[in-house]
Amino acid sequence: MSSARDNILARVRAALGRQAADPAARSAAQVHMAAHPIGPRPALPEDLRARFLENALKLESSTDELATRKDIPVAVARYLDRLGVDRRAAGWPEFADLDWAAAGVDLAIRPTQGLDPVGVTGVYCAIAETGTLVVLAGSEAPSATLLLPDTHIAVLSAGRIVGSMEEAFALIRRERGQMPRAVNMISGPSRTGDIEQTIVLGAHGPFRVHLLILP
Amino acid sequence: MQIATMYFKDRAQLKLQDELLQYNLNKSKGKFVGKRAEAIRELDDFEATRDAAKSIRQRVLDNLDTWLEIFEENARARGTTVLWAETPDEVNRHVLDIAARHGLKKAIKSKSMVSEESALDHAIEAAGMKVVETDLGEYILQINDYEPPSHIIAPALHKSKEEVSALFAKVHGTAPKTGIQELCAEARAVLREHYLTGDLGITGANFLIAETGSVFLVTNEGNATLCTTLPKVHVAITGIEKVVPTLEEASTLLRLLTRSATGQSITNYVDILTGIKGAGEFHGAEHMYVILVDSGRSKVLASEVKEALRCIRCGACMNHCPVYQNIGGHSYGWVYPGPIGSVITPMFIGQEVAADLPNASTLCGSCASVCPVRIPLPELLRKHRETQVRLDLRPVGERLGLRLWTWLASRPALYAWATRLGVRVMKWLGGYEGRIHSLPLASGWTNGRDLPAPAGKTFRELYAARRRAGRQT
Ligand code: SF4
Repeated sequence: MSSARDNILARVRAALGRQAADPAARSAAQVHMAAHPIGPRPALPEDLRARFLENALKLESSTDELATRKDIPVAVARYLDRLGVDRRAAGWPEFADLDWAAAGVDLAIRPTQGLDPVGVTGVYCAIAETGTLVVLAGSEAPSATLLLPDTHIAVLSAGRIVGSMEEAFALIRRERGQMPRAVNMISGPSRTGDIEQTIVLGAHGPFRVHLLILP
Repeated sequence: MQIATMYFKDRAQLKLQDELLQYNLNKSKGKFVGKRAEAIRELDDFEATRDAAKSIRQRVLDNLDTWLEIFEENARARGTTVLWAETPDEVNRHVLDIAARHGLKKAIKSKSMVSEESALDHAIEAAGMKVVETDLGEYILQINDYEPPSHIIAPALHKSKEEVSALFAKVHGTAPKTGIQELCAEARAVLREHYLTGDLGITGANFLIAETGSVFLVTNEGNATLCTTLPKVHVAITGIEKVVPTLEEASTLLRLLTRSATGQSITNYVDILTGIKGAGEFHGAEHMYVILVDSGRSKVLASEVKEALRCIRCGACMNHCPVYQNIGGHSYGWVYPGPIGSVITPMFIGQEVAADLPNASTLCGSCASVCPVRIPLPELLRKHRETQVRLDLRPVGERLGLRLWTWLASRPALYAWATRLGVRVMKWLGGYEGRIHSLPLASGWTNGRDLPAPAGKTFRELYAARRRAGRQT
């Protein structure tokens, strides 16, 4: 044990009027954590999908609603054409089975290293309260694909839209058991207001976030 | 960071006379205030949320040792190395040791106020490594010879786009840009290179999550996300008070943090980092460190101003402070400006050197009325003032003056006579206009404005005359 640690803890304890670790405080803390108390939250409508879409648009994301998963390549082609950029992208492995060639999109299944103009990723879940995408890092979910490209295209199933951040955490606990290395929550394109408080999109990450929403 | 708190009065005076700064401050004045007012309306019960936030933070402080140990255990269980630093120097030593251990060459840094306390960037450069600030505001300041930040959320708030343009042209060797969009694009291109080549990512932590051992970060630019995704080593540096028990409680705090800071319902990026990269993962840190910094915080915990540790560094108190809004953040002379800065700075660097700060407030109460964790800032400033009197830290003139006044005020006849004389002299000084242009011993007032002269009689004289008149009718 480092002495800095001991000294700091000793000073903290002295400030709190105790000499050693307090076992009662420890067990109270365990009980508290296990209960996961939830604070006041803004009320949400029944239709989480509508609220999510409304908020995502406010954050300057764009959206496209698809009928089936098979439509993803065509929707990507359509969006890239509208932007006027090459139909070239790096994508997550979960999209390897789709027919990209038929849609005329050159999708490389690999983690991006910074040269890909477009990144296509999945989404773990989304939060209606704020219009936020929740992405969990993993071997099949390389994080930089949603950060380095100028354009981020995210595929989300409407069934994965939850109300609040608290619900997203509960979902992670239930399905994954523990936190992944990184939970990245994305609410629209990267932005900065550091010069004269004027908002500019595309600070370091994507200039635009486009959502493909599956039923 | 170099301490300049003792020059507060002179600096504030200069800043008030700095026309460009005043112009820049005026331009941004009120933007944060208006957006915050709008954003808090999105919460069904803002006041109840503040109550909840206050008790979340207070719960941690009441058993801080316990929560720190829980955080440490859970972070370790995921492969994170937890280090402790008693002093700013120790923070720097830890970072340099880590860099040496892993043979690191270039640090990319996301905004961290705690690292400003120890001037970490200078230490890194002195050790022969490169360090790049990646928050746009911090980057602007770094390339301007490490100009200190003037705001905890918007560090380059005091700079105009023309100043940034001239700076970029000089440092980047590019043609001057006129638009803010073009300036941001230029910075993006320069910083992108650094992101791709940095091997050490340094961040702060908005919260440390005890139950999971995670580091919780919020940014709009996404720079913290990049700094924690690309380099092979991540070091998070933060104060010991930043622990929050659960993810749910961090969610409550986040609702208030982003709204109080910039008036957003959420920042564009929220990153929760837990441990080192997993098997088969391409991105993410192979080594993760969290440095828990005391540097005076345990002293605050033991003091009368301990409630200041609830702070979640949203900046609302400075955005709403009439003094801060007029003199800007640099006048305060250390890392944390505004009302919260005036409370914690004397604890971190000493009452003697920061004696002016607790007095740089009208105690108007705006700060306390907006603080999301209900820190009674004016009350804490008053406690510092009392301490200063107790420690004899007030200037000799003030001390003598107060003693003289006490002596006089406890002798009613003499007091009445002296004040009668005083108001007559002042009326005479005010002359025909009834305004005093300069008054010895009160030049602090009369340098900036005239003092209206009194009417020539004291309140007690007027009151007595009125009672006499009343009796006659
Ligand atoms: S004291 Fe309160 S208002 Fe000021 S920065 Fe801290 S949390 Fe925000």
